[in-house]
Amino acid sequence: MAVMQLVGYQLPLKHTHKEEELHIVLPCTSVVSSSCHSDFAGYLCYQCVVVQPLHKLHVVSPEEDFVHCGSLSRMQTIGKLMKVYITRRIPPEGMKILSSATGVCEVSMWDSDEPVPRTELLKGVQGAHGLLCMLSDKIDAELLDAAGPNLKVISTMSVGFDHLVLDAIKKRGIRVGYTPDVLTDATAELTVALLLATARRLPEGVEAVKNGDWTSWKPLMLCGYGLSGSTVGVIGLGRIGMAIARRLMPFGVKRLLYSGRTTKADAAEVSGEFVPLDTLVSESDFIVVSCSLTPETQGLCDKAFFSKMKNTAVFINSSRGAVVNQEDLYEALTSGQIAAAGLDVTTPEPLPTNHPLLTLNNCVVLPHIGSATYSTRGVMAALSARNLLEGLQGGEMPSELAF
Amino acid sequence: MWSSLVALRRLQRIAVAPLNITGGLTGSVHREMSTMKRVYVTRQIPPDGLKILRESGQVQFELWNSDDDTVPRKELLQKVKGVDGLLCMLTEKIDAELLDAAGPNLKVLSTMSVGFDHLNLEELKKRGIRVGYTPEVLTDSVAELTVALLLTTSRRLVEATHEAKTGGWGTWRTLWLCGHELANSTVGILGLGRIGVAIAERLAPFKVKKFIYTDVEPRPELASSINAEYVSFDELAKQSDFLAVCCALTPETKEICNKDLFSKMKSNAIFINTSRGGVVNQEDLYEALSTGQIAGAGLDVTVPEPLPTDHPLFTLKNCVILPHVASASYSTRNAMSSMAANNLLLGLKGKPMIKELKL
Repeated sequence: MAVMQLVGYQLPLKHTHKEEELHIVLPCTSVVSSSCHSDFAGYLCYQCVVVQPLHKLHVVSPEEDFVHCGSLSRMQTIGKLMKVYITRRIPPEGMKILSSATGVCEVSMWDSDEPVPRTELLKGVQGAHGLLCMLSDKIDAELLDAAGPNLKVISTMSVGFDHLVLDAIKKRGIRVGYTPDVLTDATAELTVALLLATARRLPEGVEAVKNGDWTSWKPLMLCGYGLSGSTVGVIGLGRIGMAIARRLMPFGVKRLLYSGRTTKADAAEVSGEFVPLDTLVSESDFIVVSCSLTPETQGLCDKAFFSKMKNTAVFINSSRGAVVNQEDLYEALTSGQIAAAGLDVTTPEPLPTNHPLLTLNNCVVLPHIGSATYSTRGVMAALSARNLLEGLQGGEMPSELAF
Repeated sequence: MWSSLVALRRLQRIAVAPLNITGGLTGSVHREMSTMKRVYVTRQIPPDGLKILRESGQVQFELWNSDDDTVPRKELLQKVKGVDGLLCMLTEKIDAELLDAAGPNLKVLSTMSVGFDHLNLEELKKRGIRVGYTPEVLTDSVAELTVALLLTTSRRLVEATHEAKTGGWGTWRTLWLCGHELANSTVGILGLGRIGVAIAERLAPFKVKKFIYTDVEPRPELASSINAEYVSFDELAKQSDFLAVCCALTPETKEICNKDLFSKMKSNAIFINTSRGGVVNQEDLYEALSTGQIAGAGLDVTVPEPLPTDHPLFTLKNCVILPHVASASYSTRNAMSSMAANNLLLGLKGKPMIKELKL
């Protein structure tokens, strides 16, 4: 048995570590190992109490069943390695978990910061038991067919799942892991940053300073709209919507309105008033869209929507680009129907550099950085790795998508 | 729409007028000219304040009717001659030269700002001139802008908007444009006053772990409202992940943010100044930013203002500079304008002002 296939095993194994002698290894000796990406792979022999390089580990009885003793609650006999494909280079916090995996897996990865090309992806997933993907990978019937019948778990490093064709996945009995909650703080923070930058015209200010348009302090230069005394409307008061509302309250928001399918129990914490969408649209000074993208919310923010808004109102979207009709938004911004807009998500992504929205002073466009903090991306990577491993072993995922 | 001309129209219709206009004479009612105080207003202030002055029937005022340009010094020295009251901006230096030019009638100075480093307080006190200013009405707006600037800096919004416009935006990537989050961080405030407290109140729900502050002495009442711990200047530097400067500019605080401070700060720290430019040594800040001694800086105030476009700080991706817009919301500037006008009128009547500066 080749050494690399032993990566991720928990013993007992019998091994030779001196050339002549046979050392019996005690149960649950960990293999201190990592994936092919690390510099050192080795094992700890409890008998010798020393770490040895992996190449010295020889399996004496290859037919023996290896006992996986990762979780105390169950034991499982694993006959052979499972295949995992990762569609992108992920932060070290995630790689570390996969490489010291307690399951049996052999990891292949598109080792780049850029998305894996479709043809490469379709090849790479062949025979995979588990797939760890990004929101840029469309997981549809074509891909699932290319992967084949082994595929039992898909773990996405995102909270959004509109890139997953759920009925095709469900039909094949594949489980799905995702990353809610861990990115709530970073995304809410970015949404508030975007709202403030848009309402207080920071990008215009920065440009004016660089271009020499700033000649002296002027009473009405770059005046914007403040939150103090305002009405804020949140469309979709879910985890992220609530986190946004909590962060806005101390800015002196007078009323917090929200709209969605149902009332929310924790809305009371922010004195949230559940209102019909039309009421929210017409009465809000700031509208924040934080609902998920579904057939119902697709194109929700269109000409009719914008026409009902106040002409002093600011519109913010950090959910998914397709919730907004971008042509209608452009019209609304240029005709003075609304005051300004801030978008962290667009259709498509990236937005082409010649897109009309990028020409407007009163439109701030960010390149989908909602969860982009070092610590959050590391936590997302770790969580998606753990979701994947649990899914491979038939265990309980930390965050499984119910669908 | 954002142009300031449109903003004016939206707030109130104002007739086009020559650069120096006289106001205060109400239509059909004659008033004794001798009971009307003479006042000079150094800028076209937002409409609420002008309305108050016009409708008071108490003052005859001249106005430098430009929102865009400051009144030239020579013009100003000419126009203040013999005035009873002066309403100025932070752009006018009120010193002995100007006060001499004004002469002995000048009883009241009203500045449309909370900062007063442009006023020579000694000279004003010597002449028995009362001074009005505009604290508190702008606290919310300034705190809001400070938080906006902090987030824009820590989450790299300027770099991000630039990438979106210039084609640097590819598809979603795991570590691209990552910033530093407020969750679990320590926020330090240099100078804990109204504005410092208001900033901390706005940052708290971002899951900040700890607030610390330094000042000339502890401020227990203010500090308890935000659960902030008093620390030394050095400790503030060492412990802060985010450091906000909120102190007034005085001889003691001039350039207090220099290499001594920056060298003690964390390499992931974000430095924010919305107080006065003179509190920061800009060369030392440039050094700290370009060598990675600190992670980023956001400035709403500089020396001078405006900052020349060839200043080295503009070459840094991790430095965000705004043109002193902290109090720039329509409602706040109107409130400042009203307060400044009312301070002036009350002072001229010998009554207590809404907000008077103790000299």
